[in-house]
Amino acid sequence: MQAFEYIPATTVNEAIAILHQQGDQARLISGGTDLIVQLREGRRKPKIVVDIKRIPEVNQLSYNLIDGLTIGAAVPCYKLYGSAVIKETYPGLIDAASLIGGVQIQGRATLGGNLCNASPAADSIPALIAHNAIAVVAGMNGERHIPVQDFCTSPGRTQLEPDEMLVSIQVPAPRAHSYGAYLRFTPRNEMDIAVVGVGVWVALDDTRVVITAARIALGAVGPTPLFVNEAGASLVGQPIGSQAIEKAALIAQLAAKPITDMRGSAEQRRHLVAVLTRRALDSAIARASA
Amino acid sequence: MSNKTVVQATINGEEVEFLCETRQSLLEVLRDVLRLTGTKEGCNNGNCGACNVILEGVLVNSCLVLGVEVQGKSITTIEGIASPQGLHPLQQKFLEHAALQCGICTPGVLVSAKALLDRHPHPSEHEVRHWLAGNLCRCTGYDKIVHAILDAADVMSAEVTK
Amino acid sequence: MDSETLEQVASADISVENRHYKVIGSRPIRHDGPDKVTGRALFGADIRMNGLLYGKVLRSPHAHARIISIDVSRALALTGVKAVVTNADLPTLESVVSRVGEGSINWRYLSSNLLAGEKVLYHGHAIAAVSAVNPHVAEQAASLIDVEYEILSPVITVDQAMRPDASILLDELRTNELGARGSTPTNIASHDQFQRGDLDQGFSAASVIVEREFTTSTVHQGYIEPHNATAIWGTDGQITVWTSTQGGHDARRQIAEVLQLPVSRIKVIPMEIGGGFGGKIGIYLEPVAALLSLKSGNRPVQMTMSRFDVLAATGPTSGSVIRVKMGAAQDGQITAAQVSLAYAAGAYPGSPVGSAMSVILNPYRIANVQVDGYDVVTNTPRAAAYRAPGGTNAAFAAESVVDELANKLGIDPIDMRLINGIKEGDRRVDGPISRRVGYIETLERARSSPHYLSALSSPSSATCKVGRGVGSGWWGNWPGGTSSVSVVVNNDGTVNLIEGSTDIGGSRVAMAMMLAETLGIQASDIKPMVVDTDSVGYNDVTAGSRTTYSTGIAVHKAGLKIIHEMCERAAQLWNVDPGTIDYADGVLTSGTNHIGFKELARKIGDGDGNVVASVSISPNGEGVALATHIVDVEVDMETGKVQILRYTAIQDVGTAIHPAYVEGQLQGGVAQGIGWALNEEYVYDAQGHLLNGSLLDYRIPTALDLPMIETVLVEVPNTTHPFGVRGVGEVPIVPPAGAVANAIANATGLRMTILPMSPRHMLEAMWAQAK
Repeated sequence: MQAFEYIPATTVNEAIAILHQQGDQARLISGGTDLIVQLREGRRKPKIVVDIKRIPEVNQLSYNLIDGLTIGAAVPCYKLYGSAVIKETYPGLIDAASLIGGVQIQGRATLGGNLCNASPAADSIPALIAHNAIAVVAGMNGERHIPVQDFCTSPGRTQLEPDEMLVSIQVPAPRAHSYGAYLRFTPRNEMDIAVVGVGVWVALDDTRVVITAARIALGAVGPTPLFVNEAGASLVGQPIGSQAIEKAALIAQLAAKPITDMRGSAEQRRHLVAVLTRRALDSAIARASA
Repeated sequence: MSNKTVVQATINGEEVEFLCETRQSLLEVLRDVLRLTGTKEGCNNGNCGACNVILEGVLVNSCLVLGVEVQGKSITTIEGIASPQGLHPLQQKFLEHAALQCGICTPGVLVSAKALLDRHPHPSEHEVRHWLAGNLCRCTGYDKIVHAILDAADVMSAEVTK
Repeated sequence: MDSETLEQVASADISVENRHYKVIGSRPIRHDGPDKVTGRALFGADIRMNGLLYGKVLRSPHAHARIISIDVSRALALTGVKAVVTNADLPTLESVVSRVGEGSINWRYLSSNLLAGEKVLYHGHAIAAVSAVNPHVAEQAASLIDVEYEILSPVITVDQAMRPDASILLDELRTNELGARGSTPTNIASHDQFQRGDLDQGFSAASVIVEREFTTSTVHQGYIEPHNATAIWGTDGQITVWTSTQGGHDARRQIAEVLQLPVSRIKVIPMEIGGGFGGKIGIYLEPVAALLSLKSGNRPVQMTMSRFDVLAATGPTSGSVIRVKMGAAQDGQITAAQVSLAYAAGAYPGSPVGSAMSVILNPYRIANVQVDGYDVVTNTPRAAAYRAPGGTNAAFAAESVVDELANKLGIDPIDMRLINGIKEGDRRVDGPISRRVGYIETLERARSSPHYLSALSSPSSATCKVGRGVGSGWWGNWPGGTSSVSVVVNNDGTVNLIEGSTDIGGSRVAMAMMLAETLGIQASDIKPMVVDTDSVGYNDVTAGSRTTYSTGIAVHKAGLKIIHEMCERAAQLWNVDPGTIDYADGVLTSGTNHIGFKELARKIGDGDGNVVASVSISPNGEGVALATHIVDVEVDMETGKVQILRYTAIQDVGTAIHPAYVEGQLQGGVAQGIGWALNEEYVYDAQGHLLNGSLLDYRIPTALDLPMIETVLVEVPNTTHPFGVRGVGEVPIVPPAGAVANAIANATGLRMTILPMSPRHMLEAMWAQAK
């Protein structure tokens, strides 16, 4: 591994100032489960590694009925499922957070890191998109908000400028009778990378019979996680049932742009998008109607 | 070559101070600097669990932690599982159940199992298997490992009841 | 826990009552256990010493290329770098083939596998190595070595390699065609054959014939400990090597051959070994570390492979193409079988196709057979032994066809095997007459097992189907090999047992138990230890399921010698004729005199010379192993994913010395077999780059992928061993892929002919069937 300087930053401004000064030469570390591997394999060669874990803002984890959920960029996955209220309110996010690596990876890995690493197969990103999450980003000129569905631009690349950092992820407060679900397909039952991942979120009316809103996002079937607006839209106003679900699954399948690689073939992935979209919708609807 | 940083940490209850390069992982620090070679390298990539340690009460892969990150932190390694009074019930049950063959994954598996029982004293078989999914063992087929952990949980809860 | 409670929790079901053994059949705690659960046990990479340097290897980014030039000047100029070695530092060797472990190797090829000569033959082939003050500097230096290549087109699969126009790996290679040397350059190293009877007659007597072609991927042993070596080339010319090896003496011989030094110049200290499964017999790093030490001012050099190095450059066992044609009469008798096996040897000849030719049909009595085997070089790492080398893929093919025949004939799969199963006195397909072996017993126990008698569970969802499969396996354990042990009686009555068979899965405790049984003392009073190559006689590698058998015989003989000597000492003490002394259960008796083993040892003390014994033997009667497995699977018809629901392994284990570790061998073999069956495979791109060289993407089973693995130990004692030991470690990996394939066929009607039966391959097979 190439040598580097390690700076534990204590404020957002300090971290941003280093980024501003160093540009591509600096890299932020939080859980390190992606970055340390990349450093070791020489895939990234920063001169400076800035540890953000001592910055208060990136460690916040809070929930209320008005603002919803705030997940600091350095909050490790295990803290999400360690919170009973988050587990109850956002099971669709927990689905993803409890799938990233194994238990020992979740002790360090963060949703923020998962997002900034911008892997097309990242587990948390389709779930965050489905939940309409917003990335809160800090830069030299203050904060800006980027919808997670627009955050990733290509494999490993995001909308972040070289001198910007992710501070937190905001997930809206849930409306009545709404729930999400995330499902992925992997050959092993754990410790694997998604061949396909599907995040969904649905809201039902007060009778819990008609879908009033829905969002569907796909992982590992394109250069970035894909938000398939039209698939969710097709469900709006539809009574829950296999007909509407099948249609949404078909739309999602058509939107997928999979490739063949060592983890799966394009044909297999296209097929799995429909299967997993159906199953994830079933799961979210079951949660919402319970 | 880069400069070294002084780091203070508590390892297995003992305060230690060491010098490390920023690029040295906690695994390298434990094995090469502190000569605590009980923690093993299996993949150096976070995929096998042989290097697992408990960092501030949380199970982590020590190959995915930088040595400089543990300033002021508390770490438990395989060398810190037994007490002066003797083996931890998990260690004893691993011996009784023949839950190890070659023994290379054993330190990581035991550290993971301890972290599990610290958090969930009465795990089901499924919970044990789920928790251990990040600890690859190529010798045993996991059968005797799972039995040993379930048995240790029983023994420990019986001790607590006493 | 007392031993009675331990017996209750154990999952073993032992059919034959133990023959009045006191120690054998019990489950004492292994002697090396406490060190292994506390982190004190020293594995190869755990050695720390003053002045230690670290070595790293530069590896080929190409699968097939000619090396034009190597420039090491930039590497040597880096601060902290001590030395660089390349193939030019190795002696030039003659082309001589020799046995190493269970296989054979041409010394010249071994040498060029350590550090490539004129050509690199696979992605990851070692080219040069660097020593430096720390591993990071060594790694950086390795990347500064400039190599100029002429890139050649690679051949990755046996099919590609066997084409007439295929790119040739080894210019000098000619096919050994049934003993005759071919005349043209080729990638086919050998073609062997055995045949008996009349195939045409056999097939015409069949009422059903099944013919299929199977393709299997390259897989790796997957030991969790990476290869490592630490070496000092002393100023006196003596070389000391600490390493993780399945055999210290065999490692010493290989090091001596490639360095062209007498074995007396080399001492190998076998450290605790973190898994081998056949992959730690051949050497990779040891002579390189020694040469780096020599060129680094005689300082110690430690080398540890990365996981990518392990997957890309060591181990794997052969991918293969296997064709099976088999016919059976209405009553289920197999009337004829014709088989051809082509195995990928990797960069140099030496795939396990030879043993596969035996494994494939040996569970059965078949009068009319022909088996052809081809050893084929490919641009992939040199194949190494892997637990019953060549057996799993061979049995996958044959057991699938036997199952299909049984289905077509409406015969239960266990009955089909009972009709054709080999018994004592039958001629094996590969030639010899079968000795007493408990295959039929495994089938009968399978048929009456709670698993086979139980109903299949219901599918967990509407998209899933469940099924049950059966598979058998044969393995021809290594007939013996050489084992040497020394035994010393201490003056407190404990006994040191000095052996050279490296202990990978608990063999020390088994050796101690056999010595304790012989001497009539407790296993805890024996101190078993594996020592360096200077401190004990020659030992063949821990492989071929030979250790408990052969080293066990040596231990027993040494025990008898100790008894003899103890009787002599008691005779002196009592002033009686040694012939009058009776030795039983650790007590010596002559008339009214009697004394326990420990008390006599104390009396002898150290003043009159110790009681010691050394034995070196080379037995030749190990005998074969057979197993039958039952598996229930659930197949998700929408995703193609196969889940193992229940698994039972039934095996003739001879006598189980320490039943818990015997069960462990069965469970471990099954787990590896399931991995091979379902998800493990090397994925290469068209240029021959290994794409999945990590334990994330080379998917060995996790704890969550497997159920408990039930075991049934059938004990048919092996008559050539004093305690009836039969090798148990390898055959458990032979049946799983076939058994799982048969369960999938039972669940879905789909006959898989490809390994792994991964979700992707399953879906593709389903789609092909639907067309």
